Amino acid sequence: MTALAVEPQEAPPRRTRSRGLAGAAAALLALLLAVSTLVAIGAGSASIPPADTASYLWAALTGGTVPAEETGRYQIVWQIRTPRVLLAAVVGAGLGAMGVAVQAMARNALAEPYLLGVSAGAATGAVAVGVWGGLGALGIYAVSAGAFAGALAASLVVYLAAAQYSGLSPLRLVLVGVAMSFALQAAMSVIVYFAPNAEAASTVLFWTMGGFGAANWATLPVVAAAVLAGIAVLVHRSGVLDVISLGEEAASSLGVDTGRQLAWLLALTSLVTGAMVAVSGAIGFVGLIVPHVVRIVVGAGHRRVLAVAPLAGALLMVWIDLASRTLVAPRELPVGAVTALIGVPVFVYLLRRRGYLFGGR
Amino acid sequence: MELRLDRLSVALGGTAIVRDLTLAAPAGSVLGLVGPNGSGKTTALRSVYRALAPSGGVVWAGERDLWRQPRREAARTVAAVIQQHQTHLDFTVAEIVAMGRHPHRGHGGPLDADEERLCLEAMARVDVAHLADRGALTLSGGEMQRVLVARALVQQPRILVLDEPTNHLDLRHQIGLLSLIAASEVTVLVVLHDLNLAAAVCDRIAVLADGALTAVGSPEEVITAATLKTVFGVDGEVVAHPHTGRPQVLFAIPAPPDTEGTPQ
Repeated sequence: MTALAVEPQEAPPRRTRSRGLAGAAAALLALLLAVSTLVAIGAGSASIPPADTASYLWAALTGGTVPAEETGRYQIVWQIRTPRVLLAAVVGAGLGAMGVAVQAMARNALAEPYLLGVSAGAATGAVAVGVWGGLGALGIYAVSAGAFAGALAASLVVYLAAAQYSGLSPLRLVLVGVAMSFALQAAMSVIVYFAPNAEAASTVLFWTMGGFGAANWATLPVVAAAVLAGIAVLVHRSGVLDVISLGEEAASSLGVDTGRQLAWLLALTSLVTGAMVAVSGAIGFVGLIVPHVVRIVVGAGHRRVLAVAPLAGALLMVWIDLASRTLVAPRELPVGAVTALIGVPVFVYLLRRRGYLFGGR
Repeated sequence: MELRLDRLSVALGGTAIVRDLTLAAPAGSVLGLVGPNGSGKTTALRSVYRALAPSGGVVWAGERDLWRQPRREAARTVAAVIQQHQTHLDFTVAEIVAMGRHPHRGHGGPLDADEERLCLEAMARVDVAHLADRGALTLSGGEMQRVLVARALVQQPRILVLDEPTNHLDLRHQIGLLSLIAASEVTVLVVLHDLNLAAAVCDRIAVLADGALTAVGSPEEVITAATLKTVFGVDGEVVAHPHTGRPQVLFAIPAPPDTEGTPQ
């Protein structure tokens, strides 16, 4: 290349406003998340002040002791609420990040982590195990294992069906994923229709609406590890997400094979989403809305979006879970219902907002 | 670096679009590709920037077969300015230009100081530096076109392919872009519709018709009234530019057969 300049001019100093903004947003969200987690652990039918909550957590983490008369409250905090709130945070973070990835993969504003058949597959797997039994060796985790297996099987079928001819393309992935979801929902309806008990219907409701009531210390680390590893890989590969969002032709010219990238992204998002769905059901809307909200604040670059979206998703989910178990206490609202009731108006507001461009003017 | 198409054939959905195309652009030269719509110009380009695999033949970049090397390596050799820019995300101009560094980096981390400077220079060179923080979805077609040129420059290629790069550009930026191409040391393969621009900027011009090469040579050899008639099916005159001597094509739009009663 030559140094010949078309317009010889001094390049203006590059503004780093949005970069600093992402850092500030991440720091603020992390702080809010820490405080919200403490508050959410304390809140509930037996309200526990944040100071006491903190001392119980400290005791649990450091192997300290709590007064004998407070053992009951300690048990509520440590055995029931802490894993639940942490699971909400982990799943919220995972949904936010996977939503970013799937929107880049599908190159579609309406994409969300369940678009590619994961949730329908998980629900079908869970219902099949619940109704017909099987996986008995896994005991109380049999249904979760069924959900995970169903999620992965659905993704695999979507991959195989979409990759048939000239490799994966975003549009074909979306079409096959949506078609597969319909097929699985139909299969699920048939299973429930012929089910010998009424429990199947409530299983379906749980898996399609979601909730954190089943959180425990046994499954939390597994899901947390899957989510954190998935987010780490996405952050590391954020350049690829940027490039594939430009379209297949431009990606080719930049040395990126869109089909191959879609394959590993599909595997990654399916594994992580499948792990989340297996323990908390398919909680809608967070994975759709969080990426959009984050982009409004920090712009479209995936490295910055992925630094903020998990924290935003986690914070949102902690509060949504808190709302779902306190609003109509002692009953619990399905988390998926709360996310949709809050999420839909927010989403419509954002779409009407001027200055947020997604998919052109 | 020399770019050579060796008996290149490309098929789309079983139909041969480019047939047996053999062409060479010596290192540092500008090779123009002209021809009617559907003659296979863009398809030939796509097999150079590895969007569409040849069904036969070889694309040579120097001594290396472009299709037999890792994609990222190929993208460090060949950069492309193409018509499709389909992003749904509102990346800033600076972000889109920075993506030109992807083949050299492979990750999304921050640019180093040299890369930052490279991006700023490229943006300044095509007159988009003032747009650095603008969202790409708010740009005009011509501004976007220049941003894509900046991205290709940042790629630091040895070979640059451009598909209709003057599309959407106003006259000043057309001339700016073409003088950039003419002065560039990289090997350039450029598809142009405007024969006058092609004649002004290209060292050699290849004429495609129906997927095959019909003529190749210097602008003077190729841009002739006979070419206009046989390849494009139009009557025109070719004169020499008063200063450069390059061929210039003149047309007279035939008057409508009956103008009576036409409203003023």
